[in-house]
Amino acid sequence: MKPVFEYTQGMRDKETHYCPGCSHGVAHRLIMEVLVERGELGKAIGVSPVGCSITAHQYLNVDMIESPHGRAPAVAAGIKRVHPKAQVFTYQGDGDLASIGGNEILHSAERGEKICTFFINNAIYGMTGGQMAPTTLIGQKATTCPYGRDLDNYGLPMKMAEIVSCMDLAVYVERVALNTPANIRKAKQAINRAFEVQKLGLGYAFVEILSACPTNWGLQPAKAMEWVTRNMIPYFPLGQLCCPEEVK
Amino acid sequence: MEKKLMKGNEAFAAAAISAGCRYYFGYPITPQNEVPEYMSRELRNVGGHFIQAESELASISFIYGAAAAGARCMTSSSSIGIALMQEGLGSCVVCELPCVIINVMRAGPGIGAIQPAQADYTQVVKSGMNGDAHCIVYAPTSIQEAVNMIYHAFDVADEYRNPVIICVDGMIGQMMEPVIIPESRAVIEEKDIEKTKPWALCGHRNRRDRNKINSVFLNQYELEDRIMNRLLPKFEKAKKELPEWESRNLEGAEAVFVAYGSTARIAIEAMELLEKEGIKVGIIRPKTLWPFPDAAFDEIDSKTTKVVISVELSLGQMLEDIRLALEGRYPTALINRVGGILLSPVEVAERTKAVLGGMK
Repeated sequence: MKPVFEYTQGMRDKETHYCPGCSHGVAHRLIMEVLVERGELGKAIGVSPVGCSITAHQYLNVDMIESPHGRAPAVAAGIKRVHPKAQVFTYQGDGDLASIGGNEILHSAERGEKICTFFINNAIYGMTGGQMAPTTLIGQKATTCPYGRDLDNYGLPMKMAEIVSCMDLAVYVERVALNTPANIRKAKQAINRAFEVQKLGLGYAFVEILSACPTNWGLQPAKAMEWVTRNMIPYFPLGQLCCPEEVK
Repeated sequence: MEKKLMKGNEAFAAAAISAGCRYYFGYPITPQNEVPEYMSRELRNVGGHFIQAESELASISFIYGAAAAGARCMTSSSSIGIALMQEGLGSCVVCELPCVIINVMRAGPGIGAIQPAQADYTQVVKSGMNGDAHCIVYAPTSIQEAVNMIYHAFDVADEYRNPVIICVDGMIGQMMEPVIIPESRAVIEEKDIEKTKPWALCGHRNRRDRNKINSVFLNQYELEDRIMNRLLPKFEKAKKELPEWESRNLEGAEAVFVAYGSTARIAIEAMELLEKEGIKVGIIRPKTLWPFPDAAFDEIDSKTTKVVISVELSLGQMLEDIRLALEGRYPTALINRVGGILLSPVEVAERTKAVLGGMK
């Protein structure tokens, strides 16, 4: 009998520590499925961030290193210089990438580092317990903005995909979401394009992945998915900001 | 090997390339800018990689990545820049990643002054890193010694799988001396990294389990195990095998100077001035600051020595280690300048006479 569905060999046989309804599991699996389908699992090297996914190496079946907070793109660039044919990627959350690591992400994009970044934007700090992130929405409550994020104090949430896309050598920038099966399929295509961009040596590839954090949002998993649809996507519009002809 | 007149900072870079370093990442800061400038000019000629990083935080993170990928790599900076690197350095220590860092010290605290100082002693020797971490620290007194130590440092870093810091001051970085750069060593090719460094990140090629390099421990017993059973034995081995020093004129000495780096040169001149006046002074010159050469102090002539004097460009930061090494055997004194001011041999000699006079 031909199996119609199998557990990807890109994931290790280990139950994750993520909360029910968290998008990390889906994002992990999409990246690993893409690498397996591309036949590149053995040449991939991942850099995990400070945040809930710091120990992603427990689950992702590729060589991995944990980065100091925010520095994943510089760590990845160091690795890529040593192993230019490897598929090197960073996996970063919003506090890691948009706040403390803002400088590294911009400079890696501007240098056109031939790496991929998968940016998990769930509009909140997860591991530290629900503090405000640079991507927390106006009015959204967090433990460090218990009355809701206000414009006067903190300004507007950062649209990282748009910011990164201003860098000319960030040749592929797309924002996707993991809120519906259709969007999950699109996310997988985006991840594949990012690795293809790296393989062809075209420049820096950045995929922002809108994700749910039911625990820190105080929502049931299904409601959290609706929250992505209703609140995040209108502010963080989905779609490609730039894409080279070669991978369209 | 040809002897060439070279500026300190350039010779340091040349020594690293000869030692097989093909990856340099750094951020400009005075007084060490000739190191990245030389690297940017020369590395590409030998198939190496130079990146001017966006900050010292990025420099040390590039190093963390390149070292994890199995390459011989180096960064350099000065004092306040080294302060910015502490988090990344600590990550290199706990993850056991070999790398070499040159610190061309300037005066602090804060932005301080660009003139030479030795006030990073505590930062590099006691470590500004969080957690139980040590870097191996060498303190050369001349450009040639710095070159030899840098050349050797890459081997020590690989052997111990630990960062090694070469700690010089701005004077040695900026001056020129005749120097011999050792012969170029063979460089490990990318395809051979997985054989020589089986822990390195190369991609598992579906042939082995994945390698992971981690500095977070969800289980605190695993971290205790890493510290007690991997780091501590290595630090203990380093304390046994690595201390290096030079001593002169200890026999019959009334006082013993302890000085490192450029200050040791000044102390030796002061020693000669005092000898002309009939005052016999010896010197212990630590070549490694961590591990500190405690055994050197056993060589002091207990029949004649009245005082051990730390001569340093800081507020007695090294004096604490001297006292620990002496274990109360001799009184101590401090002759120092701070803030980017150098001592002169005459000043050291005069202040030594005052110290000895005060003891009678």
